[in-house]
Amino acid sequence: MNTKVNIAGVELKNPVMTCSGTFGSGMEYGEMIDLNKLGAVVTKGIANVPWPGNPTPRVTEVYGGMLNAIGLQGPGVDVFIKRDIPFLKQYDTKIIVNVCGKTKEDYLDVVERLGETDVDMLEINISCPNVKAGALAFGQDPKVAEDITASIKKAAKQPVIMKLSPNVTDISEMAKAVEAGGADAVSLINTITGMKIDIYKRAFALANKTGGMSGPAIKPVAVRMVYQAANAVKIPVIGMGGIMTAEDAMEFILAGATAVAVGTANFVNPNATVEIAAGIEAYMRNCHVEDINELIGAVK
Amino acid sequence: MAQKKENVTIHSQEKLAEGIYSMWLHAPEMAEEAKPGQFIAVYTNDRSKLLPRPISICETDKENGRLRIVYRIAGAGTLEFSGYGAGDTLSIMGPLGNGFTLKKKKAFLIGGGIGIPPMLELAKHLECEKYAVLGYRDSATFLADEIGKYAEVVIASEDGSVGTKGNVIDAIREKGLKADVIYACGPTPMLKALKAYAAENGIECWISLEEKMACGIGACLGCVCHTKEVDEHSNVRNKRICKDGPVFLADDVELLSADEQRERIAGGCMCGTADRESSAGVSPDAVENTANRKNTAGVSLDALKNTANRREED
Repeated sequence: MNTKVNIAGVELKNPVMTCSGTFGSGMEYGEMIDLNKLGAVVTKGIANVPWPGNPTPRVTEVYGGMLNAIGLQGPGVDVFIKRDIPFLKQYDTKIIVNVCGKTKEDYLDVVERLGETDVDMLEINISCPNVKAGALAFGQDPKVAEDITASIKKAAKQPVIMKLSPNVTDISEMAKAVEAGGADAVSLINTITGMKIDIYKRAFALANKTGGMSGPAIKPVAVRMVYQAANAVKIPVIGMGGIMTAEDAMEFILAGATAVAVGTANFVNPNATVEIAAGIEAYMRNCHVEDINELIGAVK
Repeated sequence: MAQKKENVTIHSQEKLAEGIYSMWLHAPEMAEEAKPGQFIAVYTNDRSKLLPRPISICETDKENGRLRIVYRIAGAGTLEFSGYGAGDTLSIMGPLGNGFTLKKKKAFLIGGGIGIPPMLELAKHLECEKYAVLGYRDSATFLADEIGKYAEVVIASEDGSVGTKGNVIDAIREKGLKADVIYACGPTPMLKALKAYAAENGIECWISLEEKMACGIGACLGCVCHTKEVDEHSNVRNKRICKDGPVFLADDVELLSADEQRERIAGGCMCGTADRESSAGVSPDAVENTANRKNTAGVSLDALKNTANRREED
């Protein structure tokens, strides 16, 4: 039975990775689960300098999901390279670094610094809904997205995954734009912009007013967008959005995802990633599937 | 030993006052490990609610392998918990956070409202002269008798129906009490007042903070508080309440409203000395790009690891 998948020449032992921002750099969850069992760890977004993030409250629960507006708090690429990469290198899993920035120069700065390091892939965050400058501004206009992809590809030493936002009119167009810019893969979906109001305090539940919605409630939207993106481009698609179980993960794979990422489920069950990887194997055994690659995009 | 998530059985549950419930859980490993001031994350059985509710550990019974939480019904999740009884099961994760640093000097244990429960376990463990100063809304008090077995109890109530009319500091002043260290848990205005009181009187003051949490273990950065200095782990002036706290030295943290936080972030004074200079006229972006780099260049992996391990030695 083969669970290995290949993204831009990088072989993952299984298709399960973590969603950026839900897993830090794996240090905390690494105390509770075996990181060697994951296809890849995708790190929290990292900028060229430390970012303080947003005011609190930064998270709130909604029916079947949650909203977050962390605002990409991060220690900056220098600390990340000194501390987090050596930590992750102890494990037999691939390292995908999520990169964020306010300007194109910020992104290029981080990408160039990471070029000197031994990480496997870069995931470029052009889809965070919670920061004012940069991020999402690069992810909602196809021309801008293509342009920044091309610039990053020129500077990058590792394969480049562009992380797409669901907060667009046509996801196919965005996927095609970053493919035209030279992206090696796309990942989607980032969170869906949402809002919650506390009716007793008559105030927004989040200090940022809006936040990104994640969790099982958004899964059908994510499956639909992964299907559309996978049918629009030739590069691999990494699917995410509300995956709680192996069955959820299989939906994404059948819709066209080469790999899947697990985010909010970690908060509900710290063991979710490992259980999903095992559950995919169980599904393959039960359904007599020899190679997971046979199932990628099998539902047309 | 790291925290773990497990499914546990409820040993018993009782109502202590209107909306206040006491639950004993059968969780031998967590009971064995738990320290005063730590908390557990309690998951709802209703799967439409995803995030665990952080609840202070009120008491442990290591002999019988039990852990007690006392909580207030604050929403649908805690309402669900209040409906359970002996034999029902819940998923919990813990013990989480650092807990109080126990000092052997004359102590105030100060609890306000639903911040009172952790003071019971603390009172049991502190071997020194101690006053428990407990603040309630009204005469619907809870846990005061139990805490009274281990500490001299002083009560304040907002409506004056029991003890001193007013807040915990009013009670301390009215009784003319003095102590050398404060351990406190309760609403932010109370903690703010205690931070100021402790600073005025030169008293060491430990406060337990709360904030909306998601992961509970320090990964998601949902529950941060602002700190006076740049934190080694975050590399900004933020600490994680769930992992680095919930107990902090009052001097080390700043209890800011969302607007105050916003101002501070916009002012660019979150990333250390470099941007403090920036408020003196240098553009924040220019400073961030140069000086902050230098700031962080000397941080070693080991130094950073030490922050994470500190609590295990407490």
